[in-house]
Amino acid sequence: MLVIRRELVEAMVAHARRDHPDEACGVIAGPADLGRPERLVPMLNAARSPTFYEFDSADLLALYREMDARDEVPVVIYHSHTATEAYPSRTDVSYAGEPDAHYVLISTRDPERHEFRSYRIVDGAVTEEPVQVVESYMFSHTGVDDVPDAR
Amino acid sequence: MAVTVSIPTILRTHTAGEKSVEAAGATLAEVIEDLDANHGGIKARLVKDGALHRFVNIYVNDEDVRFSGGLDAKIADGDNVTILPAVAGGRR
Ligand SMILES: [Zn+2]
Repeated sequence: MLVIRRELVEAMVAHARRDHPDEACGVIAGPADLGRPERLVPMLNAARSPTFYEFDSADLLALYREMDARDEVPVVIYHSHTATEAYPSRTDVSYAGEPDAHYVLISTRDPERHEFRSYRIVDGAVTEEPVQVVESYMFSHTGVDDVPDAR
Repeated sequence: MAVTVSIPTILRTHTAGEKSVEAAGATLAEVIEDLDANHGGIKARLVKDGALHRFVNIYVNDEDVRFSGGLDAKIADGDNVTILPAVAGGRR
């Protein structure tokens, strides 16, 4: 289950709408010990393409160095599909290299209504997971892995 | 040439969970051979058909080795080698 604050969801959707028809991409970093999404980092799609996305390699290194220095991990890795459903493609799955991340897909193919879905991708296996949008992590009660401030 | 190699989460199964390990070699190819000798199976995750796998990015200090010779990239004593999973995808 992905538990995520509403403003972060809205910011990802706004990013996807802004870059449409190109695919948008980014991460939400969070504290390594809590594993909850806190800090949105929109990334440039170096491919600037409606059918492909790619973090620039220098940007990727800078991002991971920064997360390391702050003791963060990429809790969410998101990208948009601009003409297809919000489901990971074969290429998305083959590149998925963060087994602990929530892979969020946003589809902007419908100009009125977006699709927002989340997956775990481990060893090539895709598992969709429920998404719980909360106003604040303080008041969400969501099961052992996601209980904030209750360790 | 002793270097420090940062290992991404997905490859830490090969390093008993270690985030960073020591290795030696004068080129990236030699460093990877040395890594594989101590952390069996890691080479196959990095190299395919004699070239770097497209799913990983490898940096020597701040330089992506794709722009500095790939597997032939020169390694100096004390260099930092960083391995990261590429973050990318496509429609198909
Ligand atoms: Zn995709």
